Amino acid sequence: MDFPKDLKYTKNDEWVRLQGNSATIGITDYAQNQLSDIVFVEIIVAVGELVKQGDSCTTVESVKAAADVYMPVSGKITAINEALPDSPETINSDPYGAAWMVKVEIADPAEAAELMDAAAYQASVESRE
Amino acid sequence: MGEPLLCEISVPGRAGFRFPEADVPLEKLPEAFLRHELPMPELYEVDVVRHFTRLSQLNHSIDTGFYPLGSCTMKYNPKVNEEVARLPGFAFTHPLQPVETVQGNLVVMYELQEWLKEIGGFAGVTLQPAAGAQGELTGVLIIRTYHAWRGESQRDKILIPDSAHGTNPATSGMSGMRVVEIKSDPRGNVDLEALRAECDETLAGLMLTNPNTLGMFDENVLEVIRLVHQAGGLVYGDGANLNALLGIVRPGDLGFDVMHYNLHKTFSTPHGGGGPGSGPVGVAAHLVDFLPGPLVGIIEEGDEAEDYPPLYGFVYPARSIGRVKAFHGHFGMLARAYTYMRMHGREGLRLISDYAVLNANYLQARLRDTYHIPYDRVCMHEFVAEGRWVDAPDIHALDIAKRLMDHGFHPPTNYFPLIVHEALMIEPTETESKQTLDAFADALIEIAREARENPEILKTAPHRTPVGRLDEVKAAKELVLCCAVSTAGA
Amino acid sequence: MYFPHTPQEREAMLATVGVEHLEDLFQAVPAAHRFPELKLPAALSEMEALLEMQSYAWANSNTRELVCFLGAGAYNHYIPAAVDAILRRGEFYTAYTPYQPEISQGTLQAIFDYQSLITSLTGMEVSNASHYDGATAVAEAVSMAYSNFRGKRNQVVLSPGLHPHYRQTVHTYNDDAMLTFAGEDVDIHAGPETLLLHINENTALVIVQYPDFFGRIFDYTALAEAVHQAGALFAVSVNPLSLGLLRPPGEFGADIVTGEGQPLGIPLSFGGPYLGIFTTRKEYVRKMAGRLVGETTDNRGQRAYVLTLTAREQHIRRERATSNICTNQGLVALASAVYMSLLGKQGLRQVAELCYHKAHYAARRINKLRDYQLWSKAPFFNEFVVRCPAPVAEINEHLLSHGILGGYDLGEDYPELQEHMLIAVTEMVTKEDIDDLVDVLGEVDHG
Repeated sequence: MDFPKDLKYTKNDEWVRLQGNSATIGITDYAQNQLSDIVFVEIIVAVGELVKQGDSCTTVESVKAAADVYMPVSGKITAINEALPDSPETINSDPYGAAWMVKVEIADPAEAAELMDAAAYQASVESRE
Repeated sequence: MGEPLLCEISVPGRAGFRFPEADVPLEKLPEAFLRHELPMPELYEVDVVRHFTRLSQLNHSIDTGFYPLGSCTMKYNPKVNEEVARLPGFAFTHPLQPVETVQGNLVVMYELQEWLKEIGGFAGVTLQPAAGAQGELTGVLIIRTYHAWRGESQRDKILIPDSAHGTNPATSGMSGMRVVEIKSDPRGNVDLEALRAECDETLAGLMLTNPNTLGMFDENVLEVIRLVHQAGGLVYGDGANLNALLGIVRPGDLGFDVMHYNLHKTFSTPHGGGGPGSGPVGVAAHLVDFLPGPLVGIIEEGDEAEDYPPLYGFVYPARSIGRVKAFHGHFGMLARAYTYMRMHGREGLRLISDYAVLNANYLQARLRDTYHIPYDRVCMHEFVAEGRWVDAPDIHALDIAKRLMDHGFHPPTNYFPLIVHEALMIEPTETESKQTLDAFADALIEIAREARENPEILKTAPHRTPVGRLDEVKAAKELVLCCAVSTAGA
Repeated sequence: MYFPHTPQEREAMLATVGVEHLEDLFQAVPAAHRFPELKLPAALSEMEALLEMQSYAWANSNTRELVCFLGAGAYNHYIPAAVDAILRRGEFYTAYTPYQPEISQGTLQAIFDYQSLITSLTGMEVSNASHYDGATAVAEAVSMAYSNFRGKRNQVVLSPGLHPHYRQTVHTYNDDAMLTFAGEDVDIHAGPETLLLHINENTALVIVQYPDFFGRIFDYTALAEAVHQAGALFAVSVNPLSLGLLRPPGEFGADIVTGEGQPLGIPLSFGGPYLGIFTTRKEYVRKMAGRLVGETTDNRGQRAYVLTLTAREQHIRRERATSNICTNQGLVALASAVYMSLLGKQGLRQVAELCYHKAHYAARRINKLRDYQLWSKAPFFNEFVVRCPAPVAEINEHLLSHGILGGYDLGEDYPELQEHMLIAVTEMVTKEDIDDLVDVLGEVDHG
């Protein structure tokens, strides 16, 4: 199981790549493993939309589960991964790279500071098992 | 080879069924509204009959074998019920006929209302809901309306135990209520501390399945109900597991305010491959006015002395939540359930639960040395075992389930309740004999042996069924959901 | 009673369980409430029970004894014998929901056949495995539309020509003021254009019935365009039997087509079980509630069928499911699939034409009676409204004494339609039956 050290994480199994004032968001290796084969993904926010921390930005479905992906931080959506809905299996094969979901311009840096680091996230995953 | 689809056996020009010619002058057809193509199959009656008959032969069914499906109560479906439902006097009556012409139907419905009240310990019953889930919706709507009527619409919280069937939170979500999950304690009861913490002025109610999906009768049920009532909430009973309680206890006596019955579980109406069911709802006295309408009531008293019977008709409760569907309910299922109840009577109903509980405890005793039973106390009509072993780490409940099919059994309920790992929820029902139970236990014990000695045969099971394991990912991704006649080759 | 246990087996089983008496298994039940005495009669044998139920059935008058002109959402059609022959196969009717596909291919493929037939009949792209009935299918359409717009649009337009029970059901399901409803009070005599002024940018869904509750057929093309212009969804509730003759809503802009499948080989059975039809376009399939059967292959390379997109359903989404539906109308859907297969392209057209011609013959003859008049000049399928010279209840009483079951009293639901009767005519009715009806109606006058 992969927990890249250069990323931040949430307890809902989202990862965040912080670059200056911008955050890229997706779901973790642990999450895709729990869901198993992903058959459908729908990004429900649009470029330019203002979102709050906790808003749902994407829905993901596998044969046995359905999950919402929540915004770890508030801000304005600057990009969405238009290619992802055509190949949902990318989330299983490359959760931290090609399966990024949305990019957002961060509204409140304090929210970003609260995110977990890789070690803390890994510990939280292991305690769930 | 599999059975072709209808669109694949269709032949242009074939006709299956002839109606008489029109005996009236022909009216000009409405050109602007006429359909130009009707892409429906063209089949001959023999082909249709063979097609569906051959399909039926691919099914497992109660009539062919055992179904130990927890919380489904797959008991034998009496054939006499099918005779009754098809009596022309029932099958060919229109729901909107004048009541004077359907007194037979109305008596059956009225008596069924009375029997369900007596069995459940309730003051009022509606027969309208089409299935258990719709009964749940009816119940939650009654709870919500009741609180609003009393000026307490701030009560929007529904508490649901973590072992609950998915329809419970789905129903609450559908009704616009807030769902809060309550955990179970190590003995499988509702955790009282967790419950106390949620008893506040926003509490609308608790949805409780008792016995729960672990097959456990909640040892603190009276306290659970008292806590909810004390906080001003109501208690909804999910009656899916009523097969354990007939003549044993009446949920209304324990304090349940509203409960749905599943006629297609407890009262033997057939599952039909996914319905139709019927989900009547019983309520305590303070909720009778809120029941959906119409109910069946006596609209003109009879006179025993003069020997004329009462006139039955439809009545509408004073503060009814309204209709939950068209017409008055699944009469065909009501007639079957009523027949079943008449054939059991007060003693027979008790025996149903006696034997259902005996059968479940017997299976549990036979299996407890081979399968881990996480809540190992006396169970009611069902119990949960874990489908996994430390020394067979590659084997999961799914593999056990698939291998059971090779033994001619339908697997138990899998992966539910969510609070047990690799759950196998087993409910034998009272209509199964000791021979069947022993054969089932023997098969499970054999599978446990195979898990250690020959795990591959489990991982690749089933082997003796018409089809093997299916590619569910492909089904969800390619989404082929129908076959049109025109595309299936001329 | 259905208990196989012999006394010896009972003893042996109790011994294995490790208790002396069966009652010991119920210790967890509070003693004060344990083992209540049910005030119910003693058991009857099968023979006695059947005879008793027969006496109840015989106490009714049914539509094979009376000539039936009553419709209003449930219709007296002929059911070919082969339908029930298939339904009575224990492998179908005593089977469980097909969650274990390897031993449920019969049920699964039959549902796939049903989905195929219904999508073809309605002109739509996907169908679910059934909903409870026509009324709850409409309520589900409302729910689907609301969820489609994620709550941003919260108004729904309901035509007054939608069956009163269906509208009542929608209101029961939506009692929480999250949605506002419009359109039910428009002039029922006029056509669908009266709904246009209720459509705005807040509209999620517009629903009409086809043919409408009064039997009328309207061209909804312009309405559908207006609905789509406003960005809303358009739903049509149908009588599927009429689609053997009439243009299906899939061809004139419907996004959702629901309906009551009872006319397709389901007995009247005093109101149920019936069949909720629910179809939509492929783009909305994930928003549709209910079970779905999809095609796939097994690990032996065979084509096979399986429940799919189950992630939408209650057992997975739980409180985030848009619907709680679990048990639906599986066997009834099978019945309709057998019916549609037996009749097929030619039979479905033929039965629809018979209904059409017989209904029009009846309408013409009744309209010629001095004291009766057709209420609407709009085209109709097999139901029409007649203004009568006396209260409908009185006329129906008179008809009953002649062995005729008269039409529906519209005054019950539409205050402006007192003394108006909704008459339905199906292929089961002969020319002689219609002539008798006309004669008996003619005996009733304003006096």
